[in-house]
Amino acid sequence: MGRVFRFHKDVDTDQIIASQYLLYPSINEMKVHAFESLDETFSSRVKPGDFVVADENFGCGSSREQAPSVLKALGVKAVAAKSFARIFYRNAINIGLPVIVCRDLYDHVKDGDEMELDMSAGVAVVNGVEYSCTKLPEYMQGILDQGGLIASLNVEGADGQEGAE
Amino acid sequence: MTGPMTMAEKIIAAAAGVNEVRPGDIHTVEVDQLMSNDGTTHLTIDMYQKQLKNPRIADVSRLVWIVDHNVPCDSPKTAASHKKMRDFAKEHGITFYEGQGVCHQIMMENHVRPGELVFGADSHTCAYGALGAFGTGVGCTDYLYAMVTGKSWVLVPETLRFNLTGKLKEGVYARDLILTIIGQIGANGANYKAMEFGGEGLKTLNMSDRICICNLCVEAGAKTALMEADEVALAYLKEHGREPKHVFHSDEGAQYARVYDIDLGGIEPIVAKPHFVDNVVPAKECLGVKIDEAFAGSCNNGRIEDLRAVADILKGRKVHPLVRFLIVPASNTVYQQALQEGLMDIFMEAGAIVMNANCSVCWGSCQGVIGEKEVLISTGTRNFKGRAGHPDSFVYLASAATVAASAVAGSITTADRL
Repeated sequence: MGRVFRFHKDVDTDQIIASQYLLYPSINEMKVHAFESLDETFSSRVKPGDFVVADENFGCGSSREQAPSVLKALGVKAVAAKSFARIFYRNAINIGLPVIVCRDLYDHVKDGDEMELDMSAGVAVVNGVEYSCTKLPEYMQGILDQGGLIASLNVEGADGQEGAE
Repeated sequence: MTGPMTMAEKIIAAAAGVNEVRPGDIHTVEVDQLMSNDGTTHLTIDMYQKQLKNPRIADVSRLVWIVDHNVPCDSPKTAASHKKMRDFAKEHGITFYEGQGVCHQIMMENHVRPGELVFGADSHTCAYGALGAFGTGVGCTDYLYAMVTGKSWVLVPETLRFNLTGKLKEGVYARDLILTIIGQIGANGANYKAMEFGGEGLKTLNMSDRICICNLCVEAGAKTALMEADEVALAYLKEHGREPKHVFHSDEGAQYARVYDIDLGGIEPIVAKPHFVDNVVPAKECLGVKIDEAFAGSCNNGRIEDLRAVADILKGRKVHPLVRFLIVPASNTVYQQALQEGLMDIFMEAGAIVMNANCSVCWGSCQGVIGEKEVLISTGTRNFKGRAGHPDSFVYLASAATVAASAVAGSITTADRL
């Protein structure tokens, strides 16, 4: 179980983590600024296992991987949105932050609701109601299951070289 | 015999080494070039050094690294990130630019070739479609994977086709056209899709116009933007000393998710109001909005053609006393050209602030950031909340001409109203 943090449509990557923090040396130094322009208290209130639930086009804008990375570093368990901008979606999967399209969720939940999510079944449960989500394509779920793209690189030893030595 | 394909499909098929691809397919592709800038490269290096069990670079000649976002450096933290990038590039022999201009302009002037598949760790990599290359923005993990293996995975996108006819009217620019299109299809109207531009109208647009159009397609969510490399594009390529990898054309009968017909003659000066790029209105609906700062520059509109448009307006006029007008060439090549043409004299006599070639206030972290409640009119790429500085500030996007006219008037206006 985790709590819902609800965000409107077209939340762009500048809102998730603003430009002036991107060149900080590490994600840990950036993460306290997540969603700062929308909700200054977010990073202090969010707990490991909580969820971000959003309307359409979540993560539009820049390719900054810092956006999904700060959410993962704060312990956000998954982002469930009506739709995602493609670079954010791809980056999230690559770093091992679960993202899932749930068309009906946003309109029926509110901030602070308790939520459960089963990625592999594609089902979210809030206040006893089940909401069906679109399961990830097998290829992308495979990357997530391995813990992200870098983990897969270390396992498979890409380009035929041994990676896991 | 393969079925008809779009340009995007053909480039992916070639990169995947197969005869035919279809939207929705996932393919492993060879990536021709890999551009990265100081926005994320320090994180890529961290992962390379700390997370890879067997760190290696597949082909260092495909890598281009460019320090352009926070130039010159603005803080000790940034300096550390820049040093990390500089040292790594030197150690591994990576092609490296620093302070020479905005990454996409440098890539267009020096590296991109028609028919290539290029990854850039920057969302505006779709600009490379102006030369018939499949450019797409990626994060640093994707970048690192391709840097290590030379390969990546690509989901073949559907394509939206834009047939352009006619010619832009005097005082109307490519920037007005692409803002109009984004307003029409919305901020996610091309999400996961390729945007392909063609038709007779394309021939009337110069390379600067084409880069401006392709560059902004990510603001409609596009994965890439593509234009056929015609005589105009090939002449630009030759002028810059390069040959195409391959010139692809979309086939007769290629499948498009949707086709749009756009008469360039019907486009008017446009402004995108805060805080979304698709929040567009005719510029005349914003007349009189007071501004504190104006910005002409960026990968979108910092080329010599843009600076000439600015100079035409500033000549014999003064920047409004309550406005800071930042003019930032997109590259040092553009800067030198502007010097030779005498444009810099015009800018300085008008009271503008001329900056070194870099991303500047377009990304709101380095130069010219704006304060609480301040208003900026900009040729930059985005007007998101807080994009140019304080979270409670306001950014309007427009063509270089509209920006310059507004800088003179002290409030939003168009050149023909001065």
